[in-house]
Amino acid sequence: MNPLSVVVRKGCDIFAWFMVVFGANVIIHGDLTPGGGFQGGAIVATFLTFLLVAYGGNRLLSWVNERFYTSLVGFGLLLFIGLAFMGFPTSFFYNFVSVTHEAAMAGGAHGIIPPSGTIALMDIAVGIEVAGGLSLIVIYMFKGIRLYETSPVGTECGHDR
Amino acid sequence: MNWSQHLPALVVAFPLLGAFATPLFSLGGKFLRNLLFVAVSLVTLIIAFLLWRNVLLHGTILYVMGGESISLTLPSGFAFPVRIMFEIDALSAFMGLTVAIASFAGALFSLQYMNGFSGLHRFVSLYFLLTVGALGMSLTGDMFNFFVFIEIASVASFGLIAFWRDKPEAIEASFKYMLLSQISAMLILIAVGSIYGKYNFLNMAAIADAIQMTTVDKLILALLVSALAMKCGAFPMSMWMPDSYAESPSGVTCLLVTVSQVSLYGLIRVCFTLFGTVAQNSFIPWIFIVLGMMSMFFGVTMAVIQHEIKRLIGYHSISQVGYMLLAFGVGLSALHDPRALADYGFTALKGGLFHMVNYSMYKGLLFLAAGALYYATGTRDLDRMGGLARRMPYTTVLFLIAAAAISGIPPFNGFVSKLLIYESVFTVHPVLSAVALVTSVLTLASFVKIFQTAFLGPEKNQWKSVREAPAGMVLGMMVFGFVIVGFTLFPSWTISNLIEPAAKALVDQAGYIGAVLHP
Repeated sequence: MNPLSVVVRKGCDIFAWFMVVFGANVIIHGDLTPGGGFQGGAIVATFLTFLLVAYGGNRLLSWVNERFYTSLVGFGLLLFIGLAFMGFPTSFFYNFVSVTHEAAMAGGAHGIIPPSGTIALMDIAVGIEVAGGLSLIVIYMFKGIRLYETSPVGTECGHDR
Repeated sequence: MNWSQHLPALVVAFPLLGAFATPLFSLGGKFLRNLLFVAVSLVTLIIAFLLWRNVLLHGTILYVMGGESISLTLPSGFAFPVRIMFEIDALSAFMGLTVAIASFAGALFSLQYMNGFSGLHRFVSLYFLLTVGALGMSLTGDMFNFFVFIEIASVASFGLIAFWRDKPEAIEASFKYMLLSQISAMLILIAVGSIYGKYNFLNMAAIADAIQMTTVDKLILALLVSALAMKCGAFPMSMWMPDSYAESPSGVTCLLVTVSQVSLYGLIRVCFTLFGTVAQNSFIPWIFIVLGMMSMFFGVTMAVIQHEIKRLIGYHSISQVGYMLLAFGVGLSALHDPRALADYGFTALKGGLFHMVNYSMYKGLLFLAAGALYYATGTRDLDRMGGLARRMPYTTVLFLIAAAAISGIPPFNGFVSKLLIYESVFTVHPVLSAVALVTSVLTLASFVKIFQTAFLGPEKNQWKSVREAPAGMVLGMMVFGFVIVGFTLFPSWTISNLIEPAAKALVDQAGYIGAVLHP
């Protein structure tokens, strides 16, 4: 994949970060508005797709750090299951920080914890996981279309002992 | 808090945590990853065992995910079972225990078997996800949840079957399996959607209570039966089975065998529990019986001519599934006639369920032993092997146990379950028993062939330097061997404690419904 023209590259420079911010917005408000963790994460992952299309694959692969995306996936998943485990004295996946209607009306519950409790927090966990996972998928799909260049045959040595 | 009441959630949550924590533990190197692999599998096995014991002691257990009670009670007092829940009766707990045993044995075996391959942290993650999918399928009491778990198990299987991605055959097998599972998953999704559209329920017990036998319900039954028969490997839809069993790493194959049994569990759950009261006089039992006969006969005739050890055993899986389908078909045909049920139906169900667990154990052991042969010799071609008994004594003995069990040689556990099936299906028609007996003879023939060509005979020069499989792999095989020998030595204990409660739960549709709707 070759880099596109300077117009496209400048456009990408301007808009790519906005996609991340927009994706984060969709993730964070996922419990209240249409969208959510998966959709927001997919929007965040378009960041990498933008760069891949505008700057070309070779340039991109020299930039990206796969370990970063892998750690995003791991962190998101652990956060998700951790929140599920924290519901335990009642039941698995129990919404232990949800704010009841009465408490919200009394005005005492506004602040850092979203009214939907773990649903919003799990949305964020899913968003992080999907952003990392889909970015990795984009990278691997790009690598896959030129596998013969990037992955030499015969690296798997477990078969011949 | 009382941990024992959370066992149903823990048995699924723990391997799920293991799957998600594997990337983290892999940073700590090989030792930590392997420790996690074995420890989580062992703890899952212990939890599954405790769960099974609790169910036997206290009866059906309900567990609600993320809520305090099953139902949403309206101000008018009308309760509506909306929440996702696990309903564990003796049958579910029995299936869960089987899955956990296979998962533990496969994990022990894979430690050294997979040594030397790259990407093992992904392998471990996918392995746990496959375990989670199979456990969830056997424990859940919610139709859509069942679909979700079947998808988790399928997607994990695609990756695991194609794990040796440098071999084109593995990719092909995985692709075949992917097509087939996706078709069956979509059929299940359409069926679940239709149920939801018609009855507004996804809870299995509530559906079972409400279901009638209108045209839509017949369509739903047809979709579910064909999809799940596809997943469990009944004859015309079984072409994925030999491929994916042969090409996946052996530690995975033994778990895949159990996953196909869980699909069979789903099939009988649908037919006995969901449609139990309304499916009488229908031809569903005869579909089971005919599918079973075809699977038995064609599976074994295909197996006899194979020359590749894992493919041969893979074709036997089709014929073994046939036995269970036959038994469950006969049981289903007798379900609405108390006299027939007492006469032969219940025996057939006991035989089918006992054969299910026996099959999971000895087929798992056979695949692990075949994997050990592949590990030692580097080939799966039977014609090239020979005289390995001197070099690999443990593998030989364990393979012999499993081969005797699958061929139904007395006193092994396979004989007990096959005898239960023969004597009960004979009452319906003698031909059924005759086909089952012929299949058993051909099974014996093909395992004599494997044992003779691979283990006996003069030692070949090229295998002079072959050594016994490493300790971890032998331990993994011994887990299965231990269970088989246990079932063999104590068949009546096994039947009265493990099989009979499960068979009773299978025919007790009212109990399954009542546990949820009239607690």
